[in-house]
Amino acid sequence: MATPTEPRTLPLRFRAYHWLALVPPIGMLGGVPFANRVHTLVLGLPFLLLWIVVWVVLAAGCMVLLYALDHRAAPDERSRE
Amino acid sequence: MNAALAIIALFFVVAVALALLARRGHEMSLEQWSLGGRGFGAIFVFLLMAGEIYTTFTFLGGSGWAYGRGAPALYILCYAAVAYCMSYFLLPAIWRFARERRLVSQADFFVEKYESRALGVLVAAVSVAALVPYLVLQLKGLGIIVSEASYGSVRPAAAVWAGAIGLIVYVVISGVRGSAWTAALKDIMIFGVAVGIGIYLPLHYYGSYGEMFARIEAAKPGFFTLPDRGSSPAWFISTVLLSGLGFYMWPQYFASVYTAKSEDVFRKNAMVLPLYQLVVLFVFFTGFAAVLVVPGLTGTDADLSLLRISRETFSAPMLGLIGAAGLLTALVPGSMILISAATILAQNVFRPLTKGMNDRQVSVLARALVPAIALVAVLLTLRGGSAIVNLLLMGYNLVTQLFPAVILSLGRRRVATAAGAFAGIVAGEATVAYISFSGTSLASLLPGAPEAVKDLNVGIVALIVNVAVFALVTLATRGRTVSRPAGDIVAMPAADVDR
Repeated sequence: MATPTEPRTLPLRFRAYHWLALVPPIGMLGGVPFANRVHTLVLGLPFLLLWIVVWVVLAAGCMVLLYALDHRAAPDERSRE
Repeated sequence: MNAALAIIALFFVVAVALALLARRGHEMSLEQWSLGGRGFGAIFVFLLMAGEIYTTFTFLGGSGWAYGRGAPALYILCYAAVAYCMSYFLLPAIWRFARERRLVSQADFFVEKYESRALGVLVAAVSVAALVPYLVLQLKGLGIIVSEASYGSVRPAAAVWAGAIGLIVYVVISGVRGSAWTAALKDIMIFGVAVGIGIYLPLHYYGSYGEMFARIEAAKPGFFTLPDRGSSPAWFISTVLLSGLGFYMWPQYFASVYTAKSEDVFRKNAMVLPLYQLVVLFVFFTGFAAVLVVPGLTGTDADLSLLRISRETFSAPMLGLIGAAGLLTALVPGSMILISAATILAQNVFRPLTKGMNDRQVSVLARALVPAIALVAVLLTLRGGSAIVNLLLMGYNLVTQLFPAVILSLGRRRVATAAGAFAGIVAGEATVAYISFSGTSLASLLPGAPEAVKDLNVGIVALIVNVAVFALVTLATRGRTVSRPAGDIVAMPAADVDR
């Protein structure tokens, strides 16, 4: 998956799965107009609140996934201390 | 002295002592003082970055918005999540450049990227214009918290003075290490106290969360959804995006990126910070619980909801702990703001003015500026009229204007010129100032537009003006920069860097 043509100046090259970082903002905000139409409580919480909390947790999940994928793709690149 | 005040005073003394201890074993060069010697690992950087989530604005304002407005308060939870997703890529890129060039302030980043000291001075001016009101906000919050939590036995003014003097002492002596150590104490308190009362109050007054939401919804139908006009979904989304972009443009958080010892620190933090900021949820719960328990707080008094319901509910020692947590939410960001403002003034304003200052002199000057900046902030806190409120509202929009110039400088090839960045920032800031002081909104600019457009955060206009001017001036000046490698029209000689 790594293309060696890129210069070595950027320690982390762009990879297709990096688009994953856009999923939480788009999902969370894109859903706001729709989540906002639900006026009933879901699991005892207002739906908009629940929607946002779920997406905040998913945002953390996406970052964990990104980190794991980056680590697998180039273990040497991420631990340069 | 009542028990609550005694506890607050105790925590204040512990916080200052902790900050002073943080200095042990470190020579205080400028790099040590404002950046902790660039040696912070994931935990210290986490503590500094979590500082932004938990300022007095979150503590008082977050609960106040939840109490007074309901659903629109949720934007606070969203914009940080957006910023963290961006931070995974943005912060390592900033860090690499900062480390390579040994940058100390946010303005340095612009000086080096665009090879223009003039741009550095401009960014420094913007920084200070945003930072001083932000410090005033922290001090105002501190005064309110201590005064309320001590049952009014300490006047806000006395609390502000005491807080400011404590801040000056520990900032001058320990710098950012002091901030990191007190941040550890703060986070323990926030976890124990803010989360604790957020869980307890709804259960205590309503029996369950579901019951609380149901009863508030019955009393105030539509409280938990965004309205169709005003704070509508269009407002919500545009505000979250603008605040998310501006998040790391605050000079004190931008500079906290420099403190890390490796870029992996930021990727680790990007995984943890979204979960950590869920503590804000419990501040909302406290604000929601207060809706039916302490009704009738309107306008800015809504910000008192957390403290008022706590006073109604808890004994003096517990109120003292809440007050102490609130005090720390003012001290930690306050200290970072002071360090940042002083570093920027010394490094990016005074240093270019007086030729031949060495690092040691800049360091001494920065620390000497701390009391001066703190005093200005105290006076504005105690005497400030409505102008300062305007500045506060402008703060986020002011720093967001720096975003295009930062993002466009990160690519491998330079696409923008210093003149473009300079003109874009000036145009953006001028628009922000005009909009804020004239009270312009998109509804007044475009009366015929659809409701969704009218509700957009007006800060978007400033950002569009900024980018448009940036692009035009860059196109006009681009050829010249290429043919004159030493610098362009606003640049000083590139060889002036004596670091």
